Amino acid sequence: MPIFPLKLTPPIATNSLKAAARFKTRLSETAVIRFLQTCAWISILTTIAIVVILGFESLVFFKGVPLLDFLTGRDWSPLIEPRSFGVLPLIAGTLVVSLGACAIAVPLGLASAIYLAEYASPKTRSLIKPTIELLAGIPSVVFGYFAITTVTPVLQFIFPTTEIFNAASASIVLGFMVLPMITSLCDDAIRATPRSLREGGFALAATKAEVSLDILLPASMSAIMASVILGFSRAIGETMAVALAAGSTPNLSLNPLTSMQTMTGYIVQVAMGDVPHGTIEYQSIFAVAGTLFVMTLSLNLLSQVVVRRFARQWE
Amino acid sequence: MTKDPTNNDPTNNDPANNDPTSNDPTNIYANGQAAREEGFTSSREIHLEASFLDNLARRRVQAKVFALAIQLATCMALLALGILVWRIGSQGLPYLNWNFITSFPSRKAERAGILSALVGSATIIFMTTIFAVILGVSTAVYLEEIASKNKFAKFLELNIANLSGVPSLVYGMLGLAVFVRIFDFGRSLLAASCTLALMVLPIIIIASREALRTVPPSTRLAAAALGATPWQTTYHHTLPAAMPGVLTGIILAISRALGEAAPLIIVGGVTYIAFLPTRLTDSFTTLPIQIFNWAGRPQEEFQSLAAAAIIVLVGLVLVTNGIAIFIRTKLENKNRW
Repeated sequence: MPIFPLKLTPPIATNSLKAAARFKTRLSETAVIRFLQTCAWISILTTIAIVVILGFESLVFFKGVPLLDFLTGRDWSPLIEPRSFGVLPLIAGTLVVSLGACAIAVPLGLASAIYLAEYASPKTRSLIKPTIELLAGIPSVVFGYFAITTVTPVLQFIFPTTEIFNAASASIVLGFMVLPMITSLCDDAIRATPRSLREGGFALAATKAEVSLDILLPASMSAIMASVILGFSRAIGETMAVALAAGSTPNLSLNPLTSMQTMTGYIVQVAMGDVPHGTIEYQSIFAVAGTLFVMTLSLNLLSQVVVRRFARQWE
Repeated sequence: MTKDPTNNDPTNNDPANNDPTSNDPTNIYANGQAAREEGFTSSREIHLEASFLDNLARRRVQAKVFALAIQLATCMALLALGILVWRIGSQGLPYLNWNFITSFPSRKAERAGILSALVGSATIIFMTTIFAVILGVSTAVYLEEIASKNKFAKFLELNIANLSGVPSLVYGMLGLAVFVRIFDFGRSLLAASCTLALMVLPIIIIASREALRTVPPSTRLAAAALGATPWQTTYHHTLPAAMPGVLTGIILAISRALGEAAPLIIVGGVTYIAFLPTRLTDSFTTLPIQIFNWAGRPQEEFQSLAAAAIIVLVGLVLVTNGIAIFIRTKLENKNRW
């Protein structure tokens, strides 16, 4: 939209009432625009504050615990003596839970996106799409309740060695939390491909499945990749469901049937315990949150790069 | 030529009379015959045609399996939602009564209620919405109407896109450091509201910008031609026209804030509060925090209480959405071009 000049010109030297009124309007105009500008600055200040606070508290933490020990240590026991601050078990827990979630959300989300975009009739689509999006509106803590009361008993029935708190149940519910996002992003991407691609495929005697899988999927690959990265980043940052279902035992293992603590789970555990400000436990949650922030931010930036670099322009 | 292969005479299905030229796509000899009749002469062409038809049957089966598989996958997502709703309903409904809503939390399951959580959630949402709407809509207006093309706006846009991907928990850390400690609000309703407002800000900004963008430029040009200043144009014309879309963003923000627990736990939400807040600096609890606390306990009764509280929470989200959708449809019918 046109950019209006933001200049405050004083009234011409007349005593005319009109000019005075105009000056008044311009004055209030400037005030309003200054206010809007201030509001816009708040969101920039938020970013700066996040970086500064996480960075500052982490720096204090790294004075007590060397950065190398933090990043490569294989033992995380911050609350019990002897203390040890090796973040690898928390990262392992986070990755096991998030990768498990993606293993569920990506195939299911992609398949339902293809179904909604290519196969479903407009009527079915208008019914199913909002229903799947309902899943996205359900609070995280509700999924945590579901994992504990429903998914874990089923898992224990199938694998009797499953612990009460386990990474697998968290992965499963997290998968269904991430699914709507992947479905709707992929659905948009597939629907945005031009009709001529489909017609070309059918003219070469391809079946509908071949058109979907061999033509439309590669054509919308950039958006699909981006949605998968975003979903993964979302799963890493998810808190309440994981804190409820995955348990609070830092555990450097790959067995999803055991209790594992994620980075977010640790932060919640410490925050619930009302740790006084200034202690090393208090600083440790900032260090863990900083690690989390760096991970999600780089994944989000990566997804933006993927979209920009590999996106195809359909004429 | 012994027989026309396209002849599908229904009387000719005697198995003894089943000569190799019948219309079976998997029969290479028959397909070769068909190919010869269509003008293919070399044996290589006949072979290709035959293998195409041979593959076709397999590919059609694959296509059917694929269609079935993706329908099944879609059903899985719906099924998950179904089981979730059924599970919550069957476990929570028996515990949902007036006493549950008007009682304070208690160590005894049969006397526990959600009154303080409900009031806490309502207060926090009310203030969050006020803060976030003022800041969010103003930012969107500034970006879209006042400074749409300068470098600051581009930087701001990138910044907002990144903020929307920051995990909610990190906003909690921000709230803890800035509002609880530096501004010294304490672990209070006010600190919680400010934290949530910052968290939902990107949602409102992005939705409002989209809405403002859909208002036709002619509206602004007409206002400008009549001598209206940018803010007069925005306030009297552009913003009212974009209101339905702005409202959608606000609803999304409210339902997100209603269900969010992680940042509030970090800012200092308590799970046991047996009084109603009277000042903004009082400590707080909210519905999701209460649910988190109950669901994490091993006793079955408390998990049922969690289910009952979930019904109230989801009900609130649905009611908020319903009200906003109602207002939006009214506004949409009012201004059209």
